[in-house]
Amino acid sequence: MNMTSELWAALVTCFAAVFTGNILLSYFLGMCPFTSVSREVKTALGLGCAVVFVMTSTAALNWLAYRFILKPLELEYFRFVMFIIIIAAFVQFVEMVIDRYSPKLYYNLGIFLPLITVNCAILGASLFMVIRDYSFIVTVGYGFGSGLGWLLAISAMAGIRQRLANDRIPAGLQGPGITLIIAGLMALAFIGFAGVLT
Amino acid sequence: MSPNGSAPLTKQIVIDGLWRNNPVFRQVLGICSTLAVTNLVLNTLVMCVSLTLVLAASCLTVSLLRHFTPRNIRMMVQTLIIAFYVVIVDLALKAYWPEMSSNLGPYVGLIITNCIIMGRCEAFAGSNPPVPSLIDGFFNGLGYSALLLAIAMFRELLGMGTFMGYAMPYFATHWDKWIIMVMPPGAFFTLAGVIWLCRSIKAKEAKGS
Repeated sequence: MNMTSELWAALVTCFAAVFTGNILLSYFLGMCPFTSVSREVKTALGLGCAVVFVMTSTAALNWLAYRFILKPLELEYFRFVMFIIIIAAFVQFVEMVIDRYSPKLYYNLGIFLPLITVNCAILGASLFMVIRDYSFIVTVGYGFGSGLGWLLAISAMAGIRQRLANDRIPAGLQGPGITLIIAGLMALAFIGFAGVLT
Repeated sequence: MSPNGSAPLTKQIVIDGLWRNNPVFRQVLGICSTLAVTNLVLNTLVMCVSLTLVLAASCLTVSLLRHFTPRNIRMMVQTLIIAFYVVIVDLALKAYWPEMSSNLGPYVGLIITNCIIMGRCEAFAGSNPPVPSLIDGFFNGLGYSALLLAIAMFRELLGMGTFMGYAMPYFATHWDKWIIMVMPPGAFFTLAGVIWLCRSIKAKEAKGS
């Protein structure tokens, strides 16, 4: 495939990952931080940015590892272990680099980084990229789009929850219950994007 | 531990896992990897069995190794133990039931990052002997499965009028199918409903006692 069509495919995949196939609202990945860290827009944005960065980089790294290490050795089934180690190592590495060179950024982003290793969306993006057989450039687009989609979903949710903070909600529905119902309504809205891209 | 001494403890672990501290509606943990497959009962069943097996086995292993694991790298060790069992489950499914394996897609692999496994390993297995840990893992898995199966049953019946793929008398013929139930929003709404119901029952229980 030539470069232009490859880039175009990456762009389309990126948009699709944000809107039509949002990793959170249509694939349910990254639910745990979604229900617990979505109380304030500022925190949600911070975590979201960290996810965008880590997801794009680890999807690319995992693609390279899968293509050039696991495939030639025929160790495809080993990918779960490989991916999780790469993700954990990458997060640790980024944490150290940020801490060393930009204490300010570390202060803002640092607390979210350890949370990310256990975010299923990160591993999920890498597994999807293997299953869908994406090329390298498309993988980068997909990783970035998925992260962006997650950022969009969690910040929208945090905004809605801030508005809801003073409303009266039935006791049994407080916390996760109402969050899930809002997520359902958001997913319903996102279904409207289906068919925009084919 | 004497059999008499461990009996009430076991019973307590069982009740905790199934109801009092149920991973889904009490802790709202680990729904990510399984909620996605709750549009069909059969897929959910396979996923829940895999998860329960991985959970019980990982809890047992983590507990057996708890004295040999350095504290600061325990998360990594736990993750590798979990990943090890997930690889076994994944390979077994691929070998004996390839269609199911492709239906479930990446979600079997995502059991690794399912927070209840990590949660149970951290909260219980890391500081308890092997047998209670195994029981704890198994019944937490069961409590989790029971709720997700209920959700799947509801969604498949209302959304497609079937149960495990078989057409149901009224729902397949006269019922106006709620397609939205088998789509992602249906999962969110149903889970919210289940959490609401269980929490309300629990609140009443607490008031009564």
